[in-house]
Amino acid sequence: MQAFTTLNGLVAPLDRANVDTDAIIPKQFLKSIKRTGYGPYLFDEWRYEDVGQPGMDCTNRPLRQAFVLNQSRYQGAEILLARENFGCGSSREHAPWALLDYGFRCVIAPSFADIFYNNCFKNGILPVILGNEAMDVLFAETVANEAYHLSVDLYAQTISTPSGAVFSFDIDSFRKHCLLNGLDDIGLTLQQADEIHAFELKRREAAPWQFSNG
Amino acid sequence: MGYTLFEKVWQQHVVKENEDGSTLLYIDRHLVHEVTSPQAFEGLRLAGRKPWRVSAAVATPDHNVPTAHREKGIIDPVSRAQVEALDANCAEFGITEFGMNDVRQGIVHVIGPEQGLTLPGMTVVCGDSHTATHGAFGAIAMGIGTSEVEHVLATQCLIQKKPKVMRINVEGDLPFGVTGKDVALYIIGEIGTAGGTGYALEFAGSAIRSLSMEGRMSLCNMAIEAGARCGMVAVDDVTIDYVKGRPYAPKADVWEQAVAAWRALHSDTDANFDAEMTLDANDIAPQVTWGTSPEMVLPITGKTPMLADAKDETQRQGWQRAYVYMGLEEGISITDITVDKVFIGSCTNARIEDFRAAAEVVNGKKVADNVKLAMAVPGSGLVKQQVEAEGLDKIFVAAGFEWRDPGCSMCLAMNADRLDAGDRCASTSNRNFEGRQGAGGRTHLVSPAMAAAAAIAGHFVDIRDWS
Repeated sequence: MQAFTTLNGLVAPLDRANVDTDAIIPKQFLKSIKRTGYGPYLFDEWRYEDVGQPGMDCTNRPLRQAFVLNQSRYQGAEILLARENFGCGSSREHAPWALLDYGFRCVIAPSFADIFYNNCFKNGILPVILGNEAMDVLFAETVANEAYHLSVDLYAQTISTPSGAVFSFDIDSFRKHCLLNGLDDIGLTLQQADEIHAFELKRREAAPWQFSNG
Repeated sequence: MGYTLFEKVWQQHVVKENEDGSTLLYIDRHLVHEVTSPQAFEGLRLAGRKPWRVSAAVATPDHNVPTAHREKGIIDPVSRAQVEALDANCAEFGITEFGMNDVRQGIVHVIGPEQGLTLPGMTVVCGDSHTATHGAFGAIAMGIGTSEVEHVLATQCLIQKKPKVMRINVEGDLPFGVTGKDVALYIIGEIGTAGGTGYALEFAGSAIRSLSMEGRMSLCNMAIEAGARCGMVAVDDVTIDYVKGRPYAPKADVWEQAVAAWRALHSDTDANFDAEMTLDANDIAPQVTWGTSPEMVLPITGKTPMLADAKDETQRQGWQRAYVYMGLEEGISITDITVDKVFIGSCTNARIEDFRAAAEVVNGKKVADNVKLAMAVPGSGLVKQQVEAEGLDKIFVAAGFEWRDPGCSMCLAMNADRLDAGDRCASTSNRNFEGRQGAGGRTHLVSPAMAAAAAIAGHFVDIRDWS
């Protein structure tokens, strides 16, 4: 996994609440057996006039011009602003894969759905939770200023604006550690294999029916 | 001080509590399907890892499988490749799979309980958000992403932060025509789609105890639509009677030992909850969603909300977008909304009880002329067999329904079953998001009896007045 440490990136504002994972990456693209290649289909139904299909070349598809990511000023954005409950719905990890493949490394919102939030950390994306007041400031400044960049510092757990305002955010220490170091947590868990084996033996004794087909 | 149901099951699965507050949690059962697993198996291969305990995992293809003419195989090459990848991965790693033509194949959340793979007090995971379903058995059942699918395959554990616990009591007798599905939608209407975020939900109270296992599964299934990590119901005789005799359920002495342990799977009377609410069962009417989020829901007697009544600007904008997408206006009666298609199926409502309820409604009647397609899709091959043994399939077909083969089907339209743009559907599934059942499709979530009645009437009707 790619580590996330600091990022100074262009910001795009997606001013909607309850953006679900079906919107982030529609179901037809879930048929892929790869982790990459989803970027062109990110927000497919909102981005394009036609219905996308897996493998489709998107370069000449008709765009919905009003959709924020189709505006020229937001091309190359790496930071996405969103509203409450971003990533609700399905557990599809294709949603963070699509965001990452498109180029987003950080999503800032007042709240996230649990599974999506968790999936981000497995893919080197930093989801940042900020209060509604801070979000309102960031949305307003992003819309008001062309080429609006934010500086994200995961070490310091801060977001800094061009005018010098600094917003702090909370993050779970284990997730922060993994993200900063790009750690594969399967490797970390397997370092505790002896403890898992010991637990399993005890569990087999206490509840043999849980192992009924094994 | 006593323990909650959630805490009891959680504590029995803690391998290790880490200093940073996370827990290494042991996973008893891992259900696998074709959509969220290929990248996980690929990850194992690349790292040279093997499944930790291969018997914990059971797989079936469900999202991509055709529900008609299965003998022809899967026409769509991309869908077919994904199902074949599951077959190949299961064969390579030695995982039990109920393949597409096995009678035990079906939607993972239907076959887990049906086979006795889901047992009380287990930790159950699947790369699918509706894994919450299995909480109906007093299990901790969580949907996970593909990286965690790989993590569970490789380590039999998950790194978890213990969620808070909220108990939702529904007290009183559920009125006639009100099902587990209606209770779920009503609760989501009350607390919102993020109301359960960060929580494990326990559904309790006399109305919940009165539900069958099918009803409890429909309810827990939709805990995720309230944003919750999982939903649970305490174990009682209803649970134990359902599990008894299932193929993978314990037998003989072990059964007795298991039942004795399962009897403790309820919250103690002096347990503390991080949040608690009590609802009156008598307030719940049959529910219909009108918008593009499960929280946009009304009783069948309701009218769509006025934008001016939105609680804030965010909600007003959400409603406005939903009206445009759904082709509806504010202030109209739900019973005036006509439907083009009807779908009875999905991991929420494709069990035997669901088809009995729907068949009772359509028996001797005909699907309305304005309904272009009405389909009933069983949740598993065994549900299909049971429906046919009871002759219910003939009732559906005589009424003008299509009776299909088992799979996820039009709940998310990954196979050929989907809405066309502008189609309005009465659906027993779980999500009414934009495009969920097909690009531009408009979904109204209801119970099986309500969907069946809408198919016959051509518009939504109050099932309580049905005759």
